[in-house]
Amino acid sequence: MSEKPTLAALALTFNHIALASFGGGLSAWSREVIVVEKQWMEDEEFLSAVTMCRILPGANQVNLAVFVGVKFHGVPGAVAAVFGLTLVPVVIALALAYFYFQFHHLPAVQGILKGAAAAAVALTLSMVVKTGRKCLTGVVPVALFAAIFLMNGIARWPLLACLALLAPLAVAWAWPKKS
Amino acid sequence: MNIKTLTQILILFSSLSILSIGGGNTVLPEMHHKAVDGYHWLTDKQFADVFAISQAAPGPSVLIVTIIGYKAAGFPGAILATIAMMLPAGVLVYLVSRVWERAKDMPLRKAIERGLAPLTVGLILASGWVMSKAADHDWRAFLLTGVCTAIFSTTKINPLFLVAAAGFIGWLGWV
Repeated sequence: MSEKPTLAALALTFNHIALASFGGGLSAWSREVIVVEKQWMEDEEFLSAVTMCRILPGANQVNLAVFVGVKFHGVPGAVAAVFGLTLVPVVIALALAYFYFQFHHLPAVQGILKGAAAAAVALTLSMVVKTGRKCLTGVVPVALFAAIFLMNGIARWPLLACLALLAPLAVAWAWPKKS
Repeated sequence: MNIKTLTQILILFSSLSILSIGGGNTVLPEMHHKAVDGYHWLTDKQFADVFAISQAAPGPSVLIVTIIGYKAAGFPGAILATIAMMLPAGVLVYLVSRVWERAKDMPLRKAIERGLAPLTVGLILASGWVMSKAADHDWRAFLLTGVCTAIFSTTKINPLFLVAAAGFIGWLGWV
């Protein structure tokens, strides 16, 4: 792991992640920056943090910023990371809100958003490819992966129900063996 | 400044913050019910549009509350809604993450990290699936998604460049 980031670095990095996510795909961007570029976390630690942030109430990405911020600097770190993640996007959201309530329908804007959304989904799918290569290395993990996709993605079961069923199996499978 | 509306914003979004287990989008039906039918801050159609905008805008998609707060009570409403939606859940994550950091060398933490990884990858695939359904993708959009996925997975291209290119293709009306 690289050295501990400063508060300013936390804020700037999460600002960078947020701004890169125009069109969506914020989790994919988070991994790209936190794991690959900055090397603040290993893939496994990052993925488990992502899932915990999904289980806990609150917006997943805001939770992740709190999690990463606390890891390095406690409460000030969390505040810096969340501030970085949200300050500029809030300004942009306000500008878009103003723009939207002024001019409702503009086909050009809707076209741009549609194209950008297709690429944002692709960014999410490529995250599946990149992280899957590392952890989907046997029959059990592939079965867990497929099961939760079918339950949550296709059948649209609530996240908590899916995890209540599968997380105990996954943890039992992954328990470190005494050698 | 309308104190009554601001109080409603504070109570609604801070309770939604704690209820939003599984992410901000899980409380959208409840948010819609209160903001549209209950308080009449915006119309049904406006809620749907504002949702689409918040999904495409940079940053966490939960910033839909910023726009709703803005429509309900102007700038102070926007800021209050944003803080109310993030603070309660953020405090909870803070408490959990401190326990997590202390459990660094326990077998339970190792098992959770290794075991949850394949489940998380499955959930990410699920959210990609749900996102493309929500965006109402036709075959051309799926084709664009497929091509972009292949490029993202095999090259180190700056994703922003590809997102901009895809937006341009959308502007031309090809998807």
